[in-house]
Amino acid sequence: MELTRRGLVAGGLTLASAGRMLTGRSAWAQAAGDSGAATIAFNVALPAWDPTVGGSAVNPTIQAIYQSVFDQYIGQNPDLSFTPGILEKWGWNDAGTQVWMDVRKGVVWHDGSPLTPDDVVWSLTRAGDPKGGNPIQFIWGNLGNFRTDGQRVTADAKQFDPVLFKWMAFLTGYVLPRAYFEKVGPDGFEKKPVGSGPYMVDAFERNAFLRLKANPHYWGGRPAIGTVVFKFVTDAAARIAEIESGSSDVTLEIPYEEYDRLRGKKGIRGVTTPVSNIGMIFITNVPPMLDANVRHAMVMAVDKKLLVDKLLRGYGVPIDTLEAPQYEAYDPSIRTPHDPRRAAELLAKSGFSEKKPVTFTIQTTRGYMPKDYEMIQAIVGMWRRVGIHADIEVYEIAKHFELRAAHKLAPAAFYNWGDAIGDPTTSTGFAMFGPSPHSAWKTKDVDAMIGPLWGERDEAKRIAGWKAVDRYVADNALVLPLLQYVQPILHKSTLNVVPHISGALQPARFTPAA
Amino acid sequence: MLARRILLRLLQAVPTLIGVAVLVFVLLRVVPGDPVAMMIPPGASADDVVRLHALYGLDRPIFWQFLVWAGQAARGSFGISISLHQGVAGLIASRLPATLELVLLAATIAIVLGVALAVIGTRFAGGGGEAAVDAASGFALAVPDFVWGLGFILIFGVLWPVLPISGRADPMHALDLATGFTLIESLLRLRLVVAGEVLAHMAMPATALALPLAAMIARVLKSSLAEQMGQDYVLIARVKGFSRARVILVEALRNAALPTVSLTGVQVTFLVGGTVLIERLFSYPGIGNLAIDAVINRDLPLIQGLILTFAVLFILINLALDLSYAALDPRLRHG
Repeated sequence: MELTRRGLVAGGLTLASAGRMLTGRSAWAQAAGDSGAATIAFNVALPAWDPTVGGSAVNPTIQAIYQSVFDQYIGQNPDLSFTPGILEKWGWNDAGTQVWMDVRKGVVWHDGSPLTPDDVVWSLTRAGDPKGGNPIQFIWGNLGNFRTDGQRVTADAKQFDPVLFKWMAFLTGYVLPRAYFEKVGPDGFEKKPVGSGPYMVDAFERNAFLRLKANPHYWGGRPAIGTVVFKFVTDAAARIAEIESGSSDVTLEIPYEEYDRLRGKKGIRGVTTPVSNIGMIFITNVPPMLDANVRHAMVMAVDKKLLVDKLLRGYGVPIDTLEAPQYEAYDPSIRTPHDPRRAAELLAKSGFSEKKPVTFTIQTTRGYMPKDYEMIQAIVGMWRRVGIHADIEVYEIAKHFELRAAHKLAPAAFYNWGDAIGDPTTSTGFAMFGPSPHSAWKTKDVDAMIGPLWGERDEAKRIAGWKAVDRYVADNALVLPLLQYVQPILHKSTLNVVPHISGALQPARFTPAA
Repeated sequence: MLARRILLRLLQAVPTLIGVAVLVFVLLRVVPGDPVAMMIPPGASADDVVRLHALYGLDRPIFWQFLVWAGQAARGSFGISISLHQGVAGLIASRLPATLELVLLAATIAIVLGVALAVIGTRFAGGGGEAAVDAASGFALAVPDFVWGLGFILIFGVLWPVLPISGRADPMHALDLATGFTLIESLLRLRLVVAGEVLAHMAMPATALALPLAAMIARVLKSSLAEQMGQDYVLIARVKGFSRARVILVEALRNAALPTVSLTGVQVTFLVGGTVLIERLFSYPGIGNLAIDAVINRDLPLIQGLILTFAVLFILINLALDLSYAALDPRLRHG
């Protein structure tokens, strides 16, 4: 036996041919995009199927999958407005002590059994059980003593909650099948979940993919795309490759540079929408933040438009309060203008200057949100020019949560804040209310303004109250809102994709392009 | 004799595993990152946080938590995953076959490629062939596995899309297999289309994992082969008229293999660790990918279970390595 160069080349070519035969050239690229099927290179893997318990239940991105398989009590349109879901009508009694809900007729579970008001009662009771593991139990536990009369469910409320029904379109607000769940148990449900949503689970391999089939009996009409595959591709580079190679039909949450590069490519379209997620800097009520001049200077020194234009390629909306323009309590008249000269003057009043700067630490994640670290670097540069020296401390998001819950964040800490129902309670409310484990600025003046709004029954007065809180927070520079994020979605030109301001990519809204 | 030796090695592994378990348990509770803090929703009160801690048993002292966990582990359970709401043992068991197959394929590619390069380099020693092998192995060694992965995705996934980029099989097909050992089972059942599909999905991640190891094998084996090629028995074989290639493959290779086996065994344990990044990059559903999610979510029971699994794998690989020494070297076999 003699090894020669010629033999090696021939062997290599033979192996290459065998590989081609084995894989079939471009077969993978062609599989996606077939008529009636859509493959989504999705940025998050689905951890668990029960949409009402555990950490995944409060993961906003995962809601895209849950909303495909399960129905919410109340639906939500892409512009965040509410629409009937399993409940056709709902409301409070005049005294604000009871709620009533009319359950839709003719809805069937994926196993063919009918969805009844008893399923709604069971789902709400289970959600409100303190031992059940529902992270939003504090909302659902408000209801009790359920009664059913035909399709109507009535329940007593411990207290009036103006946002209760909005939560029914939000985290953990899903109706689950009582009979099936009790029959198979939590483990059985994880293995074979049954919902009433537009898609039925066909196959699921954890951390790999989820294949869904259109529900032909869906009360909202059969979805236009018959088969939907969520490929869990958590690495952004791999998602870019998926859409660029044609292996996937849709992808999202990719770097804006790549979005710009690919959106005009043959066969690929792009769509962006501002979503209910903002970037902000928490200010903690510890020195030197107790000095109002320092806080105001921090806010005034930051050129948000420059950050959006230069770092995010224009994909972002500068904001001055914790309310994005699509939120209910958004008030465009509240402004915190960029004014570095005024910032330097304020710092000078407190004895600080470029040569003798005020010093503190700012914490940030790196790579958790688009350009988060780079943004903080740029902000620190802007601050330096007016007399603020901030040391950057990078931490993991888990550390941020832990520190925030313990009220031990640094004087300044970058974070992103979502509010898919657009209500001020879930934006300004929980971020600024002292007793909330999520707030960083905890003072009695703010709490005194927010406190009465939790149970305010006059909606106009409630919203006006939140706007007043936002104005007070901005006037006193108690937080530094930066921008509203924009979600980039790339898809094949053979598909129409409707973005949702909540950020939940809903395949039930996909349609084949004409 | 052999059975006794294996038993002894397994018994020796027990204190190691207990040590790993204790260390990991304590470390996980000392490092920052509260799993409950990760799941506190907007609007939760301090009472809700306390309630969630109690729900997952995180309100108890560390020693007590360890006792509970150790009791579960002794019964073959490792508790319930906080983020996935399923038994940790079951989760790991369902994912381990994918990782084992990936490591096995990567090791096979590395060994075949490494040996081939070493043989070619030795065959063409002193010429352009050896220089090319040295350059190639140096390059393969210098580039980390995940960079190879990214390069493969670009070349074979995007520019010349002949291989699938993510997953373990095409999501549009039902594999209908009984075990998690998709590749091995499909080969044993002669379901070659399925085997081809799985192999195609594994080709890029396995090769990315394999290349640095292949380069290392090539270097060590080539060096050992060069030593053997100067031995008298090689010269005698050449004088007898055997071709240089035959002498390398038939005479010298076996004698040069021992140091390479030793190195390969050690490196394969690193290969298992390397799957964490590679599985993530290729969305491959193995325990490496599971480990990253567990760490991100501070899923303490799952992290503990996974680290213990990795530890068991390391111990078993080292045991297999020791046994293979004995098979290759008669001096070890006969004491």
